[in-house]
Amino acid sequence: MAFNLPSNPLARRWFGLAPAVITIFAFMVIPIMILAVFSFMPADPYGGVDKGFSTEAWIQLFFERDLDDSLIFEPVYLQIIFRSIVLAVLATMITLAIGFPVAWYIVQQPAKKRELLLFLVTIPFWTNLLIRAYAWILILGKNGMIEKPLYALGLIDDSLELMYGNLAIGLGLVYSYIPLMILPIYASLEKLDFNLVEAAHDLYAKRSSVIRKIVIPLCLPGIIAGSILVFVLSLGDFISPSILGGGKKMMLSNLIQFQFSSARNWPFGGALTMLLLLLVGIGSFFYVRVSKKREGIA
Amino acid sequence: MSSVTNKKKFNWLKLFSNAFFVYLYAPIAVLIIYSFNDNRIAQVWTAFSTKWYLKAFTNEDIQRAIVNSLKVAGVATVVATLFATMAALVLSSSRFRGHGVSNAIISLPLLVPEIATAVATLSFFAAIEFPLGLTSIIIAHIVFCIPFAFMPIRARLAGMDQTLQEAGRDLYANDWQVFRYVTFPLLKPGILAGGILSFIISIDDFIISLMVAGAGATTLPLYIYSMIRLGVSPEINAVSTVLFCISVTAIIAYWLVSKQNEEKVHVH
Repeated sequence: MAFNLPSNPLARRWFGLAPAVITIFAFMVIPIMILAVFSFMPADPYGGVDKGFSTEAWIQLFFERDLDDSLIFEPVYLQIIFRSIVLAVLATMITLAIGFPVAWYIVQQPAKKRELLLFLVTIPFWTNLLIRAYAWILILGKNGMIEKPLYALGLIDDSLELMYGNLAIGLGLVYSYIPLMILPIYASLEKLDFNLVEAAHDLYAKRSSVIRKIVIPLCLPGIIAGSILVFVLSLGDFISPSILGGGKKMMLSNLIQFQFSSARNWPFGGALTMLLLLLVGIGSFFYVRVSKKREGIA
Repeated sequence: MSSVTNKKKFNWLKLFSNAFFVYLYAPIAVLIIYSFNDNRIAQVWTAFSTKWYLKAFTNEDIQRAIVNSLKVAGVATVVATLFATMAALVLSSSRFRGHGVSNAIISLPLLVPEIATAVATLSFFAAIEFPLGLTSIIIAHIVFCIPFAFMPIRARLAGMDQTLQEAGRDLYANDWQVFRYVTFPLLKPGILAGGILSFIISIDDFIISLMVAGAGATTLPLYIYSMIRLGVSPEINAVSTVLFCISVTAIIAYWLVSKQNEEKVHVH
């Protein structure tokens, strides 16, 4: 096949880059811009937007319109946003508290076992989140694995109502995203020079102070990277609140999805999405800074 | 690297980690066990049975959902992997103006929360009056599959000896010949790994498909979601187990390919 690309390096580059870059630009960057524009337009009650300019969607974030058109402060949406942030922060802290010791354990195993354990951590990450959340209904739900034996023993006579609340949502978030905490921490622990740890032991340092003064500071980039990943994904999580929260306790993404489906208020959904992107943007900014620093060290 | 845990004391760390792995796999194990339960009530065990699998796979809606999922994942994987390969070849060869920006655009789908991508894509299709259906799902899937296909290909290229391609060119091979006989054979494990990741991500996707699927374009995760909303049932357990097994098979394939990836790169 006689096939030659143009010899001009610029044209060659464009030939290779254009399909991927243009696809993502056209079907992701432009759609986000369109959504930002939609947030400043009036809502069409049948879904979509009407022509014109309106700041109603952004006002709706904070206020409700009274019958006489005066604005009353209405914190209901801010509460949902606040709940999303609190749940995401808690999920991050819990995944860190569980993930760090597990990563620490894995890194100390012989090479073969280490590989196996890492693979076991990765598998759930690549399987369907919907199914993983659903599986928890079988455990936490009415007549689930937890309630049934307690019933049989006569310890409870009514449902414990473990499902459909903040507890179940938080559990779902931790369960969904814990691999993303363990993997970066493991990666930085793997690079750790264990001679330092041994030296500290030889100098009679206590185990707790070795971890606090040597291990944690040296694998801080991994801890920060894992924390930001878990925070960002938890904040935008849709499945845990809708499956385990039963749609009663909303998080930001459920509120957004609701605006584009039943509520048919696309501009408000757009404003909420912009807010989510802003929060995620702040998180990613720190992530990029940390990973740049990490490259500098390596 | 030697063990730093104190061997005389009871090993709490080991107990904790083992408990963690039980926590990670217990729900999945429960799901799989219950999928073989004979009882109509999903959570009351009576006897072993495969009838829910039979029932699920003779259900025409489920069959259609599986076919839709495979169509979407198939097309999205091929297109995303092709685009990602082309981009990776350019981005690994040399640094140039726009290198960073191109890299950033390609990684963008990893950073934007899925719900934001979902509603933005929906708004876009509404703005250009593009009808929702399988095509709109495929387009959305290609977008978020590109970075997943890109990562392993890029990693493979980073470890490759670029002088081989120069040698090919010095021997008067044209661009196609260099790609066909030098680059592609070396890059194949990376392309395969990227393709597998795209496939997994596409077949599992839920939120984006939920927002951009029109009537009649139900994929398997969308069907499972609609079933879950009606409550726990043994059929969901069976269908979920099948989807879980597809993902696990694919991820094992990915793991084997990427192991081969690491080994071969170091030979050169």
